[in-house]
Amino acid sequence: MDIKDIIQPENLVHKRTPLMTDATLSYCPGCGHGTAHHLVMEVIEEMGIQQDTIGIAPVGCSVLAYDFMDIDMSQAAHGRAPAVATGIKRLWPEKYVFTYQGDGDLAAIGTAETIHACNRGENIVIIFINNGIYGMTGGQMAPTTLEGMKSSTSPYGRDTQLMGHPLKITELVAQLPGTYFVTRQAVHKSGNVRKTRKAIKKAFEVQRDKKGLAFVEIVSNCNSGWKMTPNESNVWMEEHMFPFYPLGDIKVEGKIVKDLVKELM
Amino acid sequence: MGKMRGAIVVDTERCKGCEVCVVNCPTDTIGMAEEVNGKGYHYAYMKYPENCTGCSNCAIVCPDGVITVYRVKTEK
Amino acid sequence: MGEIQLMKGNEAVAEAAIRAGLDAYFGYPITPQSEVLEYLTLQRPEERTGMVVLQAESEIAAINMVYGAAGTGKKVMTSSSSPGISLKMEGISYIAGAELPCLILNVVRGGPGLGTIQPSQADYFQATKGGGHGDYRLVVLAPASVQEMADFVDKGMELAFKYRNPVMILSDGLIGQMMEKVELPEQKERLTEFDPSWTITGKTPDRERNIITSLNLDSEKQYEHNMKLQEKYASMKEDVMYETFDCEDAEFLLVAYGSSARICQKAVDVARSRGKKLGLLRPITLFPFPTEIIAKLSRQVKGILSAELNAGQMVEDVRLAVNGRIPVYHYGTPGGKIYSPDDILKAIDEKLMGGY
Repeated sequence: MDIKDIIQPENLVHKRTPLMTDATLSYCPGCGHGTAHHLVMEVIEEMGIQQDTIGIAPVGCSVLAYDFMDIDMSQAAHGRAPAVATGIKRLWPEKYVFTYQGDGDLAAIGTAETIHACNRGENIVIIFINNGIYGMTGGQMAPTTLEGMKSSTSPYGRDTQLMGHPLKITELVAQLPGTYFVTRQAVHKSGNVRKTRKAIKKAFEVQRDKKGLAFVEIVSNCNSGWKMTPNESNVWMEEHMFPFYPLGDIKVEGKIVKDLVKELM
Repeated sequence: MGKMRGAIVVDTERCKGCEVCVVNCPTDTIGMAEEVNGKGYHYAYMKYPENCTGCSNCAIVCPDGVITVYRVKTEK
Repeated sequence: MGEIQLMKGNEAVAEAAIRAGLDAYFGYPITPQSEVLEYLTLQRPEERTGMVVLQAESEIAAINMVYGAAGTGKKVMTSSSSPGISLKMEGISYIAGAELPCLILNVVRGGPGLGTIQPSQADYFQATKGGGHGDYRLVVLAPASVQEMADFVDKGMELAFKYRNPVMILSDGLIGQMMEKVELPEQKERLTEFDPSWTITGKTPDRERNIITSLNLDSEKQYEHNMKLQEKYASMKEDVMYETFDCEDAEFLLVAYGSSARICQKAVDVARSRGKKLGLLRPITLFPFPTEIIAKLSRQVKGILSAELNAGQMVEDVRLAVNGRIPVYHYGTPGGKIYSPDDILKAIDEKLMGGY
């Protein structure tokens, strides 16, 4: 069989979702942001909710998310996306509102907004991209930077005595009654991509069913910030990030489903 | 018993040469071209097209969504 | 004649917000304006009009909730006092940059820092000259009575939507706390239509997506955006508002707004009863500033005293309007202390001529 016989419209199995615009993504080659963007838009396409969805872009590498996602979007001040989302969702309760944030945005400057939106149980989806570094501003230390990990502001490695331990904000918000679904996923391998897609869909269904806040953390690489090739960074992520930030569901249907006491001790 | 034969089409100008698709391909179909595209990236292509099963692993993991996948069931 | 009630200034704002058909109020407690939030939660406007009232976790969260809701074309407001308004400054700059309509009430207290809870007018610079970063302006309304506190909600919202700009009601602790008779407006319907050319209510197939943002990494485009904003701010002068008292034959002029104006009104009455030709100009919009009327009066009077509850802020704008024609002095009591009509007359005596 010739290749051109296979490449026929009736044989199409996968193509890029039309809900991503034609703009070339501004992310570095191999960055998990791109994959995460596509998954969110695929879920919105599948659920048929493009005209009812409003997204909020953070400050960070994905500040320009609104150039890539073909939905109505608002940019938000650094860390404030959950408050912006609250303002929108409280006034448009039938719309789907989600924030898309990085680790600096969500777990440093935005900690109060994150905790309180979760505590109020705002009926929104929070997509949290955790790559343990401040990518956009040139690779500084983030609250989620691992102990010993080097960054431009921890050039000798994160010293927990001086700078505190990496913050597991996802486990924190899981303990609040307002969160209904809390999960941690990845997008570096195809198996993970499929799981993450399901998790994102579940998150939007939680919003549809008005159950509370759905929080999806995606542990991602930052090959530029970590100074590696994309594939090297994904291997490093598996070896170093995943043991500290283990993948899997943390809270499902309002109940914590793993032994946090054991894990956090 | 049918066998899956697949083929991918890469938008070579949008490919950033990250090679994540290469390591996700279960059949070692994908390689990186010697040539570079307009942005200077070596783009991905089907080096061993006869291996492709159209599993879509490459397409779903691609951060830039540059891969389109086709698949057909053959008779033998 | 509408419904008359005896209310505190803060309560009047809250009641007027419900009646103006506002869609939401996001706030945080701080003295001397917590009554706004308290009154609203007590009134249950979600049952009266469906209006959302939410106590946010901070003033920063509140202004960002306003930003979110304003981007969807809804009528929203927040309120705070001086230190809390400082917290909102980044958010206000974003709202101005993104050209969103909203109302921000500042019930000013003595500063700087945590300061005091007593009234002051020391946030004039912050309100009219920026406060937040960048080349932006707010429409600033300065009420001098409980009635104006109520009236300026609908008026402010109207201006906010006319210009797609944040509007600040610059009040103070005296007006916020005092009780006066107020005629309340009729209940207005809440908005049911939202401009599809810019509001983010969900991209329907008939249009492109709308993006609310103040970011532009292309400096050429950001320059053009800034020029457009400047044109907008210049055009606001058609909405300037002020009030004059006994200015027709005045030889000396007081310029004062808000609580200061109330005190100065008494000073004018006393001066006139002594045969002295004193007048008062009360700016009602602090931006746009009533430059033209002050310039006109500066050709008539011999000297001006800018009376403010601060160390000297509006006096600079008065001097700019006067442009060196006649002497302009400042008299003020910062830090929450309030001067009396006698203090004004003494200040005129000391600074301007005439033995008042």
